[in-house]
Amino acid sequence: MKIQEADAKQLLRAQGLPVPPWTVAWSASEARTAAAHYLADGASAVVVKAQVLVGGRGKAGGVKLARTADEAETVASAILGLSIKGIVVRKVLVGPAAEIVKEFYLGAILDRASRRIVLMASAQGGVEIEEVAKRDPSAIHRESAHPLLGLADWQARRLAFAVGLGGPHLRAFVAIAKGLVGTMAAYDADLVEINPLAIVRETDSDGNGLLHLLALDAKITLDDSALPRHPDLEGLRDLGEEDPADVEARTHDLSFIRLDGTIGCMVNGAGLAMTTMDLVKRAGGEPANFLDIGGGARADKVAAAMKLILADDKVQAILVNIFGGITRGDEVALGLIEARARQHRDVPMVVRIVGTNAEEANALLQEARFETAATLDEAAEKAVAAARAVGGAA
Amino acid sequence: MSILVGRDTRLVVQGITGREGEFHARQMQEYGTNVVAGTTPGKGGRAALDGTVPVFDTVTDAVRETGANVSVIYVPSAGAPDAILEAVGSGIRTVFCITEGIPALDMLKVVEIVRQAGARLIGPNCPGATSPGRAKVGIIPGSIHREGRVGVVSRSGTLTYEAVQAMTDAGIGQSTCIGIGGDPIIGTTHTDVLKLFAEDPETDAIVLIGEIGGSAEEEAAGWAAAHLADVPRVAFIAGRTAPEGKRMGHAGAIISGGSGTAAAKVAALEAAGFLVADSPTEIPTLLRRAGVR
Repeated sequence: MKIQEADAKQLLRAQGLPVPPWTVAWSASEARTAAAHYLADGASAVVVKAQVLVGGRGKAGGVKLARTADEAETVASAILGLSIKGIVVRKVLVGPAAEIVKEFYLGAILDRASRRIVLMASAQGGVEIEEVAKRDPSAIHRESAHPLLGLADWQARRLAFAVGLGGPHLRAFVAIAKGLVGTMAAYDADLVEINPLAIVRETDSDGNGLLHLLALDAKITLDDSALPRHPDLEGLRDLGEEDPADVEARTHDLSFIRLDGTIGCMVNGAGLAMTTMDLVKRAGGEPANFLDIGGGARADKVAAAMKLILADDKVQAILVNIFGGITRGDEVALGLIEARARQHRDVPMVVRIVGTNAEEANALLQEARFETAATLDEAAEKAVAAARAVGGAA
Repeated sequence: MSILVGRDTRLVVQGITGREGEFHARQMQEYGTNVVAGTTPGKGGRAALDGTVPVFDTVTDAVRETGANVSVIYVPSAGAPDAILEAVGSGIRTVFCITEGIPALDMLKVVEIVRQAGARLIGPNCPGATSPGRAKVGIIPGSIHREGRVGVVSRSGTLTYEAVQAMTDAGIGQSTCIGIGGDPIIGTTHTDVLKLFAEDPETDAIVLIGEIGGSAEEEAAGWAAAHLADVPRVAFIAGRTAPEGKRMGHAGAIISGGSGTAAAKVAALEAAGFLVADSPTEIPTLLRRAGVR
């Protein structure tokens, strides 16, 4: 689960990491009030940032500086309502603009291959880390945390020296690096990223410049499997930014991803669901979704899945592919018959059920006059042909 | 021979009195697996599966009383990491964890402890393994198999069934079929299983089934090129049409050097001498082409 920057900063702050203050504003006038507060507090400017769960906010015009409260209101009203990668901006973060001396990248990820939490740091911060990885892989330095002991101080120090933070900021960096790994453990995150981690200059009341490290941005994704033991974090899910279909899918414990094609797919098992999509494509069609109904799905779950697929107006044919193991084929067939009786529009459907109770399933389907297929390849071809016939008629 | 499970398997089922545990324990027993014990804390002293299998409070008791040497876990996700540690702590060397939904950071710790103990964990979130005609451990339907000499390793459940059924229909039997699990952190990788197959005198050919994400298939391809040059090998990768960034965090893509895509995996496998199928139903054809009788 992805969470918003402001929520990620809250979690980092709770773990003792240095994060500058911020306010979340839902309107231009709220942004103005927040900006006036920070400017009166001594900030020379404020930053206004779109709060959306997609990357590339800066390039899309979703991050702006403002030197006055008026200007903050103007830029906030420009950012609110902006569409960034299809997501409409509903809220912005307002905070004092930092005087940046140098930017770094620091991120902790769950590395599947080494089965470790890996901490990555780079002196090339503030830009997308994928670009650094492509352009200059040697600019990214890595340390693996021990699964039982965590990240050792010496590892954090080695990372600090590697990115040129071995001087006055060494102790602060070590604390931040260890805090990042600690944040992962505390919240069961699979990604915690600070980009940029910056040396910023602050001027005290006597006019003296002070340099210190601050986390100017924060990105955290949480392990969905661990959410049951963090009920408080479930509240950070941004339902306003989710596709209603995703919310519906989660309610019924279905794994669903909407795509652009015309052939709806309903499958049990993630690997087989991906394979079904691939075979639809191979047969000349385009899948409308990924949908895994999981193991042991009953009739009501099948009906919910069908409703989800049909809610997409682009869908012109449906392919159901079930290999019964734990899942019983006859349960799925009953669910399909029930769903078709209730559905609001007629879409051609090709059903292929094999494995546990497949015979009973196919008897039910034949009686209800469903089109069936024996093999997966045949099912994909039939579904593509059916969608073509519908598309041609339209 | 076969690998991981066979005639010498003495199985303890952790969570045997639960709905899933009992159902699958019965299926395994009917297939011919030697199910010697079950455990459920607090239910020791009973018998499961119509009185044929004794239930113990602890795995330690089960091992001492029955000589159990392989465990399979059906307990819910909240208790599953502890169940794995209990099995390993009781001297079991081969542990299958069927349970899905275990937090990844728990698995980091568990996998480390299993490794230090010198035991082997398969899974979690895996369908288990079957050595046709000998034993099955897990949830793979017994009916899809045929005895033979092709080893199958896969990350998936139902996709594996699809591939195995196609092989069986074409008259190609299997030595062992193993599902290693679809979670990001798993105990046994594709490469680990290839190493076991390489040492099994009754496995003559290999089918590797993978999917997008991570770099385990690429690593397995590299190992196979160096060590299995003379072994017929066929692969299938699911997810050629999967959209980017939907399941993989972008930082994950960095560490694998952009090798999480189906295209990269197919290329790595082909470069390593695998015949790569476009559909699971093509696997038998490619096995024949590679020289499997």
